[in-house]
Amino acid sequence: MSDEPYRPALQTYTAPQDILDEHAELADQDDTPDAFEETAKSKQVAARQSDYHLRRFNRADGQGEGEDESYEDRMRRSNLLREEERVRRHKEQLEKDKGEDEKMAVDDKTPPRAIAGDDTPPRAKMQEDTPPRDTTPPKKKRRWDVQEVKEEPGVPAAAPKRKSRWDQTPSETEAKPEVKKSRWDQTPAASATTSAITSTPSVGGMMMVEDKRYRRMTDEELDGLLPGDEEGYEVVPVPDDYRPAPSVRKMVPATAEHGFMMQDDSDAARARNAAGGIQGSQEQTEIEGIGTLQFLKPEDTQYFAKVLGEGGGEDDDKAYTLEELKERKIMRLLLKIKNGTPPVRKTALRQITDRAREFGAGPLFDKILPLLMERTLEDQERHLLVKVIDRVLYKLDDLVRPYVHKILVVIEPLLIDEDYYARVEGREIISNLAKAAGLAHMISTMRPDIDHVDEYVRNTTARAFSVVASALGIPALLPFLRAVCRSKKSWQARHTGIRIIQQIAIMMGCAVLPHLRNLVDTVADGLQDEQQKVRTMTALALAALAESAAPYGIESFDNVLKPLWLGIRQHRGKTLAAFLKAIGYIIPLMDPEYAGYYVRECMPILIREFQTSDEEMRRIVLQVIKQCATTEGVTPTYIKEEVLPEFFKAFWVRRMALDKRNYKQLVETTVELAQKAGVSEIVGRICNELKDESEPFRKMVMETVTKVVASIGAADIDERLEVLLIDGIIFAFQEQTLEDNIMLDGFATVVNALGDRVKPYLTQIVSMILWRLTNKSAKVRMLAADLTSRLAPIIKSSGEDGLLSKLGVVIFEQLGEEYPDALGRGAEFVPAKEWMRICFELLDLLKAHKKAIRRAAVNSFGYIAKAIGPQDVLSVLLTNLKVQERQSRVCSTVAIAIVSETCGPFTCIPAILNEYRTPELNVRNGCLKALAFVFEYVGEMSKDYIHSVVGLLEDALTDRDHVHRQTACAIVKHLAIGVAGLGYEEALTHLLNLVWPNIFETSPHVIGGVMDAIESMRLGIGAGPILSYVLQGLFHPARRVREVYWRMYNTLILGASDAMVPFYPNLGSAADLASGQDYTRHELMMWV
Amino acid sequence: MSELRYTANTQLEQLHSRYTGTGHADTTKYEWLTHQQRDTLSSIIGHPSLLGYVSIADGECQARERFELIEKMVQPCGKPPGKTDD
Repeated sequence: MSDEPYRPALQTYTAPQDILDEHAELADQDDTPDAFEETAKSKQVAARQSDYHLRRFNRADGQGEGEDESYEDRMRRSNLLREEERVRRHKEQLEKDKGEDEKMAVDDKTPPRAIAGDDTPPRAKMQEDTPPRDTTPPKKKRRWDVQEVKEEPGVPAAAPKRKSRWDQTPSETEAKPEVKKSRWDQTPAASATTSAITSTPSVGGMMMVEDKRYRRMTDEELDGLLPGDEEGYEVVPVPDDYRPAPSVRKMVPATAEHGFMMQDDSDAARARNAAGGIQGSQEQTEIEGIGTLQFLKPEDTQYFAKVLGEGGGEDDDKAYTLEELKERKIMRLLLKIKNGTPPVRKTALRQITDRAREFGAGPLFDKILPLLMERTLEDQERHLLVKVIDRVLYKLDDLVRPYVHKILVVIEPLLIDEDYYARVEGREIISNLAKAAGLAHMISTMRPDIDHVDEYVRNTTARAFSVVASALGIPALLPFLRAVCRSKKSWQARHTGIRIIQQIAIMMGCAVLPHLRNLVDTVADGLQDEQQKVRTMTALALAALAESAAPYGIESFDNVLKPLWLGIRQHRGKTLAAFLKAIGYIIPLMDPEYAGYYVRECMPILIREFQTSDEEMRRIVLQVIKQCATTEGVTPTYIKEEVLPEFFKAFWVRRMALDKRNYKQLVETTVELAQKAGVSEIVGRICNELKDESEPFRKMVMETVTKVVASIGAADIDERLEVLLIDGIIFAFQEQTLEDNIMLDGFATVVNALGDRVKPYLTQIVSMILWRLTNKSAKVRMLAADLTSRLAPIIKSSGEDGLLSKLGVVIFEQLGEEYPDALGRGAEFVPAKEWMRICFELLDLLKAHKKAIRRAAVNSFGYIAKAIGPQDVLSVLLTNLKVQERQSRVCSTVAIAIVSETCGPFTCIPAILNEYRTPELNVRNGCLKALAFVFEYVGEMSKDYIHSVVGLLEDALTDRDHVHRQTACAIVKHLAIGVAGLGYEEALTHLLNLVWPNIFETSPHVIGGVMDAIESMRLGIGAGPILSYVLQGLFHPARRVREVYWRMYNTLILGASDAMVPFYPNLGSAADLASGQDYTRHELMMWV
Repeated sequence: MSELRYTANTQLEQLHSRYTGTGHADTTKYEWLTHQQRDTLSSIIGHPSLLGYVSIADGECQARERFELIEKMVQPCGKPPGKTDD
C-alpha cells in the first residue's frame, strides 16, 4: 500500500453538492414549512397528553405563592366545591331524568339474563362522577367595572359558584401559568402603554400585536356584550384596594407588512430584546450575568424577566432588599439549570443545593413550582426541575412542611404520566417528601383531596398515598385507611380509600403479604356499598391484592368470598366485570376441591357473558376462563361438556383476530383449555378454520395449533384429523401474505410433532416447496427455503433421501443469486487493491452519526484485515490517527485493536510502538488508546507482550500531558487484569511505582483512570503489596492526603477484605494496653 | 476537587451504610483496628481448616471456639478510649 499514491476518500455516500446547497438555501428562508415542527411540539409534555392528564391545570388550589392554606381552610373550600357540584348534578339530573330510561337500554351491553329468578336491582343511575373539564357553561367575558349579571335568579342554591372575586387582590401572578387560563374573574393587567398597543405603530423592528386570544376587551365590546343602563345596570367605580396584576400579554408577530409599534417598556420586552428578539432562541445564547444557555423560549423571557435584559445583571443587585436579592439569585440559578449548557447547569444545581436552607423553602418553591405548571414545559426541563426539587428536599428536610400540598399538586400528575421514568421520578419525590414531612403531616395535607369533587384529583391523590404507604410502611397508614374506607360522610372518600389499597397492591407486589388480612378486611365492606362505583373499585382492589399475593394468602380472602360470589348474580355491566376479575384472581389461590366448587358456581355467569358485546368484558371473561382452567379442581369432562361448545361459538370468530389484545388473550385461553381438554378436542374444532378466507384469523388458528401441539404433543390426533390438519396447514402456508414466522413455525412444529406419521404427506409437501422455490417473488422463495431448513431433519429421518437431494439441487442452483454475501465468502476473488479502496471508503463511515454504522465499519476493518493481511489496513488506520476529528481517531484506534485481535497482537504492536515515536500529540495519544483496546481484547495473550511495552509505558506515565498518563493508566489496567496470576509481578510492580505518583490528580477522568489501574493491580500483584502502599498515607497529617488513601483503602476492603487479613500490621503497644485497648491479634500468634 | 467532594461524600455515606469496614479521613485508630480484628476473626471462622488449627491450639472443640470468636467480635479491642478534649 505504501508505494501507492494516497487517494482521497470518495464521496459516494453523500448527496450531490447542488442538492445540498439547495436545501441549505431553503432552510434559510423563513416561510418554508419546517418538517420537524411537529416533533418539536411533541417534546412539550402538555402537547401530547390526553385531556384527562391536562386536568392538572384545573387544580386551582395549591397554586400561587406562599405557604399552604391551613387544614381548616382547605376543608372548608373542599366542602364548598362539593356542594356546588351537588347542585350542578341535581340540576342536570332533573333535566335528564326523562330521557334516562331509553338511554339505559342502549347503554346496557350485558346480555339478557338467562338465569331464572334472580332479580338484579336496576343499574344505579349515577352520572359520571367527575365534573367535565369546564364545569361552568362558557361565560362571557366580564370585567370588574361592569356589574355582575345574575343569570339564573331562580336557582339561589347555585350562588356560591358565582361568587365574584374582584374584591380579592390578585396576587403577584406575573407569568404564572394560570394566567393563560384566561380566568374571567381575573382582571387583565394594565399598564398604561398596553391598551392601545394593537394599533400603535412602532419604530421599526419586528411587527408584533397582542395575541387575539389574550387581548383584553375594549369598552365598546363590553358594552355590546353586557346589559347597560337601560336594563337597570350601572358601571361601578374601581375599588380602592384594586391593584392590577402585572402585565402579561401574549405577543405574536403581526402579519401586516407595514406598520409602526410603540416601544414596549415592560420588563418582559426588555428581556426579550436582550435575548435576541421576540421568539426567544433555539440556539445557544450568551446572556449577560447568566452564562451560556442552550435555548430561551418566549415563555422564559417572561418568567425570568427580572433577571434578563437591562437591570437584570448582578451589578444592578445593589438596589434591592435582601428578600428581593434572594429571589433574583434563585431565578438566575433556575434559569441556568433549566436552560443552561451542561457545565453551567451543573454548577447552578450544586449552588442551589448547597444554599437551599439559606434561601428557605418559601422563596425556592414559589419559583420552582409555577415553572413546573407551565404549559409549554418540555420533558427535559421537567426532568431537571424535578431533580432540583429532589435535591432541595433532601437539604430542607422538615422545613418543607408548609409547602407539602403545593409540591404534591405539581408532582402528583407525574404518577400517571405515560412515561415510565417520569412515574419513577414522581414516586421518588413523594417518598422523600413523606420521609421529610412525616406521616401525620402527610395525612393532614392529603386528607381534603380524598373526597375532592374532581375524580382526577382523587385518582392522583390515591396514587400518592400508596407511595406514602410504601415509604413509611403499610402498618403506619392502616388505621387511617380503615377510617377512610368506612367513611359515612361521602362515598368519594370510601372510593379513594379503596383505590389507595388497590394502588398499594399494584405497587408493592408480594410485599403486601404480611398485611394481607388487614388490607382485605379494610376494603371488604365496600362490596356491599350503596354506591356502584365503590363496589366496582372494591372488586378491583381485591383483584389487585389477590394478584400480588399469588399463590399465597387465600385464608385472608375468606370474608369476601361470599359477597363476591353473590355479587356476580346481582350486578351487571362494569361492576360485574370487576367482580369477575376479582374472582378470576382469587380462584388460583384456592385448594383444588374449593376451586372446583367455586368455578362451577360462577361458570353460568361467565357463559352468559360470552355473548356480551363489551370488549373489555370479553377480555375479562377470557382471562377468568383461563384462570379457572388452570386450577386443579376443574375436571376435563366439565370443561369439555359445559365450557367448550359455548366458548367456541362465542369467541372463535373472525372479529377476534383483528384486535391485538383480543387475539393474544384468546390464544392464551384456548391453549390453557387445551391443557385440560386435550389436543384433539381443540385442534379438531379449529383446524377447519385454517382454510378460512380471513388471513389474520388463519394466523390466529395457526398460532393456537402451534402452541397446543408444542406443549401437549400430537399423539392424541387421529388419522382423519391428521389429514385435515396437514391439508389446512399447507393451504395456510401457501396463502400467506403477511410477513412473519407464525406459519413457518406452525408448519415445522406440527410436522416435527407428527414425526414418522408425516411420511405419506412428504411428497406433497416437497413438491409444494419445489414449486415455490422457483417462484418469481423473492419472499415466496425465501419462505420456501426457510421451510426446507426446518423440514430437512424430518425428511431425512423418514428415509426420503431422494426428496432431500432434489431440494438440495434446486437450492444449490440458486445459491449465487439468493445469497450475494461477498464479504463472507470468497474474499480471495476480490483483488487486494479493491479491498484497500473499500478501506478508504470505510474511513469516511467512521464519521457517521449513527453508532451502529461506526461499529459496522470498525468490524469491517477486521474482516478485511483477515482477508488481505493486516499490514496495509494497519497503515491506513495509523495514518488516520493524524486527522483532526476526534471521533474518527477514536474509531481508528478501535479498528486497530480489532485488527490485532483477528490477526494476532504480534502483527500490530510493533507498528504501534513505531508510530508512537511520531512527535505529535494526537498520534501518540491514539497509539496509547489503541494499545489499551488491544490489551483489553487480547486478555491473557498480553503476557507475551508486557515486557515489550514497559518502555513505552515508562515514557507515557511520566509525560507532562495528563491525558497521556490517563490513557497509559488504562493500558496498565488492562495489562494487569490480563496477566493476573501468570507470574509477571515484577513488571507490574514497576508499573505500579510509575502509576502511584498520580494519585493526587484532581481531574475526574484522570483520577478515575489512576484508581482503576491501582485497583486492577490488586488482582495483578495481590492485595497485600497494595495494602502496604496504602498504609503509608492512611494517617497522614494532611486531610487531603488521608482522603485519597482512605478511598483506595475502601476499594481494597470492598474487593479483598479477607485477603488482607494476613497483611495487617501489628500495632499492639504497651501504651494502648495501659489505656485499656488491646490491639494485638492473639489468634494469629497461636502455634501448635 | 469541589465536584469530587460533593459527589464523593454522598456516595461515601452510602458506602459506609452498606459495607462495614470502610473508612474515611476521620477514622480513628480504635475504629480501624476494631474492624481489622473483626475481619481477622471472621476470616478464621470462614476458613474451616484455620478454625480447626486455632481450636486445637486453644484446646477447645470447634463449635465452642467458633462461638467464642463470634463473642469476641463485640469488642475485640476492649473498651473504646475515652474522649479527649480536643
